[in-house]
Amino acid sequence: MSDLLSLSSITPRSWQGYAALALLAGAILLWPLVDAAPGYGVAIAALIFLLLLLAIEADNFTPAIGVVLLFLGAHGAAWLLLAGITGNEGTARASFYLLLAAAWLLAWRCVTVLSALRPTSRWAATALRLIIPTIFGAWILIIWEAVTRGAGIPFILLPPPSAIGVRIANSLPVLAADVRQTIFKAVIFGYVVGSGAGFLAAIAADRVPFLRRGLLPIGNMVSALPIIGVAPIMVMWFGFDWQSKAAVVIIMTFFPMLVNTVAGLAASGHMERDLMRTYASSYWQTLFKLRLPAAAPFIFNALKINSTLALIGAIVAEFFGTPVVGMGFRISTEVGRMNIDMVWAEIAVAALAGSVFYGVVALFERAVTFWHPSVRGG
Amino acid sequence: MTGTSPAVVSASKLGLTFQTSDGPVQALSNVDLTIGKGEFVSFIGPSGCGKTTLLRVIADLEKPTSGTISVNGMTPEQARQCRAYGYVFQAAALYPWRTIERNVALPLEIMGLSKAEQAARIKRTLDLVNLGGFEQKYPWQLSGGMQQRASIARALAFDADLLLMDEPFGALDEIVRDHLNQQLLELWERTNKTICFVTHSIPEAVYLSTRIIVMSPRPGRVSDVIESTLPKQRPLDIRETPEFLAIAARVRDGLRAGHSYED
Repeated sequence: MSDLLSLSSITPRSWQGYAALALLAGAILLWPLVDAAPGYGVAIAALIFLLLLLAIEADNFTPAIGVVLLFLGAHGAAWLLLAGITGNEGTARASFYLLLAAAWLLAWRCVTVLSALRPTSRWAATALRLIIPTIFGAWILIIWEAVTRGAGIPFILLPPPSAIGVRIANSLPVLAADVRQTIFKAVIFGYVVGSGAGFLAAIAADRVPFLRRGLLPIGNMVSALPIIGVAPIMVMWFGFDWQSKAAVVIIMTFFPMLVNTVAGLAASGHMERDLMRTYASSYWQTLFKLRLPAAAPFIFNALKINSTLALIGAIVAEFFGTPVVGMGFRISTEVGRMNIDMVWAEIAVAALAGSVFYGVVALFERAVTFWHPSVRGG
Repeated sequence: MTGTSPAVVSASKLGLTFQTSDGPVQALSNVDLTIGKGEFVSFIGPSGCGKTTLLRVIADLEKPTSGTISVNGMTPEQARQCRAYGYVFQAAALYPWRTIERNVALPLEIMGLSKAEQAARIKRTLDLVNLGGFEQKYPWQLSGGMQQRASIARALAFDADLLLMDEPFGALDEIVRDHLNQQLLELWERTNKTICFVTHSIPEAVYLSTRIIVMSPRPGRVSDVIESTLPKQRPLDIRETPEFLAIAARVRDGLRAGHSYED
């Protein structure tokens, strides 16, 4: 093979490059890639080798060209490997995984080079901040896809991400209805009411000493209630529709907000409070002008914790009775019908929605607590 | 001096005992004090001599446990409710979420002044401390000296006649400190305020004050009172004159007498 000849002239510059070269040699020794009859065409196999060698050689170019070669080589080879497994599912041999590992190592090298870049323009820095985690996430999917299809893992145990993607694309109306029911009704309502109530309770506890002694232990106890015990009771109280799920979310989000706000209200310094005293400032003036702004980082912590708690609470609560729509309902029924790809589709949508929810809260946090050392950086 | 003008602060037999877990600690004992209008009085002494505590008692941030004290002829609490004094702390204590302008506006907002009145006073006091042009900056964008100047502007903004300053320049380097001392003297002369100034620096106390009150610890008490004979106009190089050095020597003697190192 012509590739074998060129192996001698390739000079890697990183340990990932050397390791990838060794893996390539191993792949040739353990040839072929799959056991099945059609297998990989010689041209495709040669192209995979060429792309990987190109990526190994990339470090000998300038960083800008090198990183492009690394990216194209590693991901082109991965793409060809995944495309070729179609029709050969479950027959992959060690050679297939060695090539995959080589491509993964080169993608690692690509991210290392990218991380070391210090772009001068603002949008290049932003693009870089997005590209690096994207490559990282893409490789989780690539390895997942390659292992499930290469080893022929049963669909029920773990479907490949491509099948989940197809299921999402084909079930958009159902998924949209579930998101509307679970997130836009139960989660948002419960989150706003639960966090709001926790906040107001914290202020009340701060203002009235006996509440501080009475309310905090009770709030603590409520937060310790097991959600799978509370959810069926809420369904009995508030019915099958989203109101009972919102009630569960309220119970789950109340306490983190209460505790964090109470801690935040104690966060302002002695000197700052003495200053307000020298102005003969009233309780409410001190609260609004000093203590609440100082508590903002704590309050936003609670809002971020609650954004994920609310989603978990609403989905789990739907397991205990719901109309025939909702993310938790869908997961529980589709598991029973062995439609695991639909379960994974709901999981993916929930993860996406949770990340967006969290991201929006984090953006608000940056805007409001711009003055805090953790945000302004120093 | 004190006989001709009405007393702004007058204390007699003032004492304060803190109850701590290690038993009572006598922070102030038997302090007699009269401060007249327009005076610049420094309190000097080693740490633990009660100079900050005394200032906090005047400001009604601590309650005395014995003796009497009046501020502007009222109890300290009434004086605080009337916003009779501006207080400058050891650190600037500016609120990081407010710009310099909004920080100076803080006491004015609390006192319910109109927007137009607030704007006029902010401009006037920021000019007074030479911070014009920094209105829109946030405190963390300014140097330590500028932050402390902004906090002085905040204490001046509502025009109280009494200014209480607790080691305001203690955390600053000597060059900045000299500069701010000079500016403070100019400001005092222009505004004719009464200033109580806590410090542990002898040159600072002698340079600034019309009267220096030397304090000593365990229990905190007044050990000497020194009237300054320096003229009101004080350029920085007055600190090399024999008159200045003589006063400084007397303060040092007073500190040494009140603080026996033998024990």
